[in-house]
Amino acid sequence: VDRTLRGAAAIVGVADDVSPSGELERTGRALEVAMVLAALDDAGLTLGDVDGICHAESSMAFAEYLGIHPTFTDSTMTGGSSYEVHLEHAAAAIAAGVCDVVVSVYASTPRSDRTQKRKVERRFPPGPNPMAEWEWPYAMRMPMGPYALAATRHMHEFGTTSEQLAQIAVSTRQWAALNPRARYQTPISIDDVLASPMQTSPLHLLDCCLVTDGAGAFVMTSAERARTLKKPPVYVLGASTCHDHMMISQMPDLTTTPGAVSGHRAMGMAGVKPSDVDVLMGYDSFTITALLHLEDLGFCAKGEGGPFAEDGKLGPGGSLPMNTNGGGLSFTHPGMYGMFLITEAVRQLRGEGGPRQVADAEVALAHGSGMVLSCMSTAVLGTEATL
Amino acid sequence: MAGDARDTGRTRMMEPPVGPESAPFWEATKEGRLLVQWCTACDEGIFYPRAFCPTCGTASAVGEGLEWRTASGRATVHSFTIEHNPAATGATFSGGEPYVVALVDLEEGVRMLTNIVGCPVHEIRVGMEVSVTWEPLSDGRQLPQFMPAPS
Repeated sequence: VDRTLRGAAAIVGVADDVSPSGELERTGRALEVAMVLAALDDAGLTLGDVDGICHAESSMAFAEYLGIHPTFTDSTMTGGSSYEVHLEHAAAAIAAGVCDVVVSVYASTPRSDRTQKRKVERRFPPGPNPMAEWEWPYAMRMPMGPYALAATRHMHEFGTTSEQLAQIAVSTRQWAALNPRARYQTPISIDDVLASPMQTSPLHLLDCCLVTDGAGAFVMTSAERARTLKKPPVYVLGASTCHDHMMISQMPDLTTTPGAVSGHRAMGMAGVKPSDVDVLMGYDSFTITALLHLEDLGFCAKGEGGPFAEDGKLGPGGSLPMNTNGGGLSFTHPGMYGMFLITEAVRQLRGEGGPRQVADAEVALAHGSGMVLSCMSTAVLGTEATL
Repeated sequence: MAGDARDTGRTRMMEPPVGPESAPFWEATKEGRLLVQWCTACDEGIFYPRAFCPTCGTASAVGEGLEWRTASGRATVHSFTIEHNPAATGATFSGGEPYVVALVDLEEGVRMLTNIVGCPVHEIRVGMEVSVTWEPLSDGRQLPQFMPAPS
């Protein structure tokens, strides 16, 4: 395993904005700029220090708006995992000396767009779109449909139950109850999940993530410079990305995601085992998404995610704290949630978690999932003690 | 038009565009024939149609090495979901009732997304044998869907 990236770069600033109402006042570029400035301030840096920019729509358009002239630019768009991919690319660019200070930013306000009746352009990736020809005519509900297909298959192959999936939503809500910024903070039971309206079987409403406004940013620099800044650096110990399909009919195996590759590589680079992970931030667009991560990242064997989650070990006080902010299921989910995996992982490693702080957190794993289980990107993060 | 919702008479659905490599596929649907693109180099089916075999890497600028074969129309349900909220998708082919979206494995070894029609949704199971049925589109083409195979 090549470990040149291990510890070469660090996250030095984070910011995010969400509200229990699910709606934010600001929107668009104003919200993005606010996040960039807040993350830079968190780091003790200014816009003048920034020479690298990541934006999942257009890093060029955003840099122009900011009036900066970066030498590293990344408009990678892999859906919800875009921000873990940005992190990986930024770490590599910093390690290679391409740039010094990189900012990645995200803002999306689907909930207030709806209530305020704002017109928002719906964008599809440019280029040929086989989905229009081979999927859209069948009226599969998006984004639930592909995840439902994975869940049905997982249940068929391994006997996974709706109760086991529901436990993931229950444990995640227990974390959200400790986060005053979470959209939903009231505890729920397995029966509540099973009694919530069936959407796209076997997924109930409470198996599905929220639709909320949300925004965030992170700032990265070299390990050397990080040590001179305001907050304790959070080092990138390992990072890897893998995608194995774009649309669900092309997924090689519905019950194994490309996270089995990215997770193995990222942890190999970091030199950590699943048992070394103190905080798991595993993208939970749906309960099944999180369950697949548990297996593919090696926290349990393939097929055993259901029994693994069943005893509540993912919740507060459990042996594997997962999605300590309340996750996409209960904290926020503006469409591409991966940014919040990073902001929460950083806060936990800095000891800024407040009532939900995981004691002695040294290693956190942020595992992003993009499109329809298509692109997984894993970042292993650690404190100074882990270097 | 790609992605337009159109009234086809019996149903309302998104009409599929014809992709750059898939004209023969859609032409055959007019006669109720299900075609699968085939790579003669590695003897594997290809779905969806393309100018390249993703299994062995045989590239074909003009179709050399790749050919079309008529599929049996028989398939097995690999996975499925029952959509309980048809209003959320705008699909009306089920008359507002829950409908099924499935991945089926054709006998020829390729997997496609489809609907399972012609039986109560709660009777559908993973592993169930199904056969192709055709849903007319507005321009004479037909959309392949599947129904339980006659036993």
